[in-house]
Amino acid sequence: MEILMSVLIGVLMSVSVWLMLSRNLVKFLFGLVLISNVANLIIFTVGGLTVGAPPLIVDGGSEVYANSLPQALVLTAIVIGFGLVSFTLILALKAYQALGTVDVDEMLLAEQPAGHQAVNENAATEESAPATTTTPDSDAAGKSPGTPL
Amino acid sequence: MTWLLILSLLVPMTTAAVTFMWPGRSESKGYISIAGMVTLCIISLILLYNVNTQGTLSNQMGGWQAPMGITLIADLFSAILVVVAAFVALAVSIHSFSDIGEEKVNGGFHTFLHMLIAGVVGAFITGDLFNLYVWFEVMLISSFALLVLGGSKIQLDGAVKYVAINLISTVVLLASIGLIYGLTGTLNMADLHQRVPMVENQSLVSVVAVLFLIAFGIKAAVFPLYFWLPASYHTLPISVSAMFAGLMTKVGVYALIRTFTLIFPGEHDSIDIVLLVLAVVTMIAGVLGAMTQTDIRRILSFHVIASIGFMLLGLGLNSTLAMSAAVFYMVHGILIKALLFMMAGIIGRLGGSYDLSELGGLYQDRPGFSILFLIAILTLIGIPPLSGFWAKVMIIEAGLASSDYFIIAMVLLISLITFIPLIRIWSEAFWKSAPAQSTHNNKRSTDIAPAALIPVLGLSLALFWIGLQPAWLIDAADRSAQSLLAPQAYIEAVLSDATEKVLPEDQS
Repeated sequence: MEILMSVLIGVLMSVSVWLMLSRNLVKFLFGLVLISNVANLIIFTVGGLTVGAPPLIVDGGSEVYANSLPQALVLTAIVIGFGLVSFTLILALKAYQALGTVDVDEMLLAEQPAGHQAVNENAATEESAPATTTTPDSDAAGKSPGTPL
Repeated sequence: MTWLLILSLLVPMTTAAVTFMWPGRSESKGYISIAGMVTLCIISLILLYNVNTQGTLSNQMGGWQAPMGITLIADLFSAILVVVAAFVALAVSIHSFSDIGEEKVNGGFHTFLHMLIAGVVGAFITGDLFNLYVWFEVMLISSFALLVLGGSKIQLDGAVKYVAINLISTVVLLASIGLIYGLTGTLNMADLHQRVPMVENQSLVSVVAVLFLIAFGIKAAVFPLYFWLPASYHTLPISVSAMFAGLMTKVGVYALIRTFTLIFPGEHDSIDIVLLVLAVVTMIAGVLGAMTQTDIRRILSFHVIASIGFMLLGLGLNSTLAMSAAVFYMVHGILIKALLFMMAGIIGRLGGSYDLSELGGLYQDRPGFSILFLIAILTLIGIPPLSGFWAKVMIIEAGLASSDYFIIAMVLLISLITFIPLIRIWSEAFWKSAPAQSTHNNKRSTDIAPAALIPVLGLSLALFWIGLQPAWLIDAADRSAQSLLAPQAYIEAVLSDATEKVLPEDQS
């Protein structure tokens, strides 16, 4: 049983890593759903698998029972994971509507050379890039960090 | 006095609930928020006083015995950080009057701010590894909400990167918690301290330790995992970035220090060298990154990363001196980063832009504020007698004590390089004359809003005081470091408490 579970965890993990390496935000999201379930399976498996027994102690105490703590942990993690995934889903939708792309490589608005951004945070309507603001080091600034995905 | 622990969580949570449901106008929500933060500050000070006089405080939630139930515990290290976090949060809630509009307040700004601080405080005072994960989630989901509040394009762009990488760290953390549970059968941190050395396969312990390093390293923005930070912090309203820059990464550092002193003290031989290398590279990446930027907020974001390196050095050098340097540096780092971001907000308001090429002449307009800013950057660089100086002296002293001359050289070199981007802000924004024509001239304002000035003055005073009177904080940092490296008192506070109270009824 443990072997089977570890194979399953391994397969799911590799699939989710492959999905998360994608530049496509939607694929990343699916990878996220999978990988959070991988973490849950890890907790469940290393907590000790007891086949066919409830996580309850029957009166008398001699019965076989499963460890209930990993189940409680997994339950908590599922709830939290659900919240996070729903948030990310909405964020991806909003980002798509606002930026018109799901390719994270094209999401460069926040990492443009400084100077294209005004104090006003709604300055997302950049465009007007006057020649004065393209300083020599601005290409370095635009390229350096970011797009970690 | 153990009720103080639960109270320091209940107060921000209650305030969050009240501000969420409050039917009145947005201003009144702000006042409720400030009242909540003031209460939290008072509670945290009482907590610190009690921990300082009576030693570590602990409380078993629901009266369950220690290794079974969830423990809340505050040792001196936690208590100091709770106080600092509460004061930064108070400063932020005052500052929010200046830049958080009615729309964002009605969108739940104060609610999320208080849930964020509840998560931060919870992470500082929990004694249970899974509970730490839950507090991290509370913090994370509130930070997500603050991140996208307002929903401008640039914010969404920054948020995608922040959310994605932080979710990965969450999953890594969860998996490593599962693995450590599988190895030891416990999640109580004090209990783990005793059981981890008993695990037969110590190489598995090392693997799990590295997983924890990755998970908390992402949160703390350690070298190869820091890209999310400069990609997102400058997209936020100043109040939010001050809060994030001050507190969020430091919670990651706290978790690193706590896990590697309490749970994996046996891993020092293998982990320390990794930590030292990561710390040095993080510092280099931070200061060099700062040099390439022209946006004040991005320069400061990279400085946040550099300062994380200094804190990791304290953990990596693994001596009482080094650890107390890390504790001191954390207090100094939280305050100075929140202060500098708020000052950047004022500069942006006065100059109409955050970009150095469009700023100028601020010294002529506002000499008083300019001097205050100069003192703040000198504090960060570490000019005596300001607080950054003491932090760096302590790190260098620790390096000398353990003869790590390379580390000392790097600290000195990086402190010098730190100087360049900061003094560039000074000379470009304040010293040079205002550019002839600025594209954003129309957005300039000549007044500093009192709501922005009060927290700036408050944080400056706090830092100045630490600089002039460092002895008490150095002493407190020393004692925290001793209890971190020899956690017997911590373990007794958790586990003996349980044996005394075998009957749950005794609790209530």
